[in-house]
Amino acid sequence: MIVVEGLTRRYGAFTAVDDVSFVCEPGKVTGFLGPNGAGKTTTMRVMVGLTPATSGRVTIGGHAYRDIPDPGRHVGVLLDASAQHAGRTGREILELGARTMGLPGSRVDEMLDLVSLTRAEAKRRLRNYSLGMKQRLGIAHALLGDPSVLILDEPANGLDPAGIRWMRGLLRGYAERGGTVLLSSHLLHEVEQIADEMILIGRGRIVAQGDRRSLLAGAGGGLTTLVTALDNSALAEALRARGYAVAAAGEGLRVEARPVDVGRTALEASLVLTDLRSAEGGLEDLFLALTSDTQRESVA
Amino acid sequence: MSSTVPGATAAVPRPGTIDLSGTRPTPFVRLVRVELRKSYDTRAGFWLLAVIGLLVLATEITVLAVTTVQDQAVDFGTFIAAAAFVTSVLLPVLGIMLVTSEWSQRTAMVTFALEPRRPRVIAAKAVVGLVLTLLTVAASIVVGLLCNVVYGLIQGQADWSFGWAGFTGFLITQTFAMLGGFALAALLLNTPAAIVLFFVYRWVLPALFAIGGQLMDWFKSFSPWIDFQSAQAPLYDLSLSGSEWGHLVVSGIIWLVLPTAVGTWRVLRAEVK
Repeated sequence: MIVVEGLTRRYGAFTAVDDVSFVCEPGKVTGFLGPNGAGKTTTMRVMVGLTPATSGRVTIGGHAYRDIPDPGRHVGVLLDASAQHAGRTGREILELGARTMGLPGSRVDEMLDLVSLTRAEAKRRLRNYSLGMKQRLGIAHALLGDPSVLILDEPANGLDPAGIRWMRGLLRGYAERGGTVLLSSHLLHEVEQIADEMILIGRGRIVAQGDRRSLLAGAGGGLTTLVTALDNSALAEALRARGYAVAAAGEGLRVEARPVDVGRTALEASLVLTDLRSAEGGLEDLFLALTSDTQRESVA
Repeated sequence: MSSTVPGATAAVPRPGTIDLSGTRPTPFVRLVRVELRKSYDTRAGFWLLAVIGLLVLATEITVLAVTTVQDQAVDFGTFIAAAAFVTSVLLPVLGIMLVTSEWSQRTAMVTFALEPRRPRVIAAKAVVGLVLTLLTVAASIVVGLLCNVVYGLIQGQADWSFGWAGFTGFLITQTFAMLGGFALAALLLNTPAAIVLFFVYRWVLPALFAIGGQLMDWFKSFSPWIDFQSAQAPLYDLSLSGSEWGHLVVSGIIWLVLPTAVGTWRVLRAEVK
């Protein structure tokens, strides 16, 4: 379990992280989501003692990171997959980690197998690795000591779609075995399929947190539903009668209402629906809206 | 909590807490071994060590060849001194790279995540610097020994006089050189800058001090107190007088203790990017 309490980090007049508090529970994958420069990385660096906090504190499993002996055995950390010596081979990088933690050399091979890096790839120097391979190596490094907590900064960055699916399965299984996972991303779709809990951060402050459903519910009226009925015009009429904004969209209708309200309207009007779903990007709209004042590009 | 069995509550940790009772801190020897491995597992580190080794070999063979051909007398100590002088130029670079490569390659992020008690990592690196210094000196002795045996076979007799005072003094100054490089590296955390500053500090400053002393009388009486390299000269025959001890200690504080302290403080405080 990771507990962040009132964490603030200032650089002169600039506040990178502003009074951030959240909890990552064991058995869950917590997604840490925000645009570039929102304070995700700074928060994670403070967690593992690489950056001192201006105020507030972080405990991992009830301990400050610096008080954990042989911390690699308890907390797996991947903050930057490129932060390794470019002249070392992948195997040597894992070997150094394993030796620091006092692990047998066989652990290196296990981890290489786990992240699907071949023996030949492991012999290559890091400067010849693609970003995706570096990420795999970094995940292997984080998992070396069989930790119960994982802290991963942008681990999906550079992975191909198959790689992202693989990582999703890996972290899912890890959490199901009771592990705590915190992973950050600036891409919503990377996180929303894997995370049980999401923490949205913008300009150093937490703007929303919760699971997917509660986040969407919290978004209130901004939610949009796509619906198709056998008789679209009758449905549009019924919806308008209830005061919902309706517009034609492809085969069906786009309604400014929750799916449950649209369904209920259809039921009461005895209309047959062939498709009913929350509009894609509902969470994305929410994400952009919540972090809009922190975006570099304004949201139209 | 007033209940019966002591330790019973401790045995059942709250959910989410990590039980650390079974984990021992990373032993210092393990840190030293890992840091030693890091010093030669990259091309830069490997070739630096290889070049130092080859220079030792080349220098001593050159001394052997020249003295044999010209039929000069040479003793065991001379072989070693020649190799030692050559390696003393490169050894501090090794000390510098032990520290700066962690920053230029950003591996400090991983190193300090695996051992957040940074003073232990710095100490382990310093120990590795000393170990490599001793290994280099040992290699100089072994090669010198072989060369002297060959010299003895060719010339019919070998002079095995060694000069322990010079050797001890050399060992001390080499250690100072290594630690000086180490300190400047921690201070600057940048490989080229640390190497340049080290060579200025080791080779250029003593000359400037000498010139300054020639030009200005007041400086002549003052410079021994700040000229660390000159202050080390009497170490070669271990003949330090009272005031020479004073010079060594004061200039040592300025050029070794102070940079080490500030450099260490910087590494301990630095935000690792």
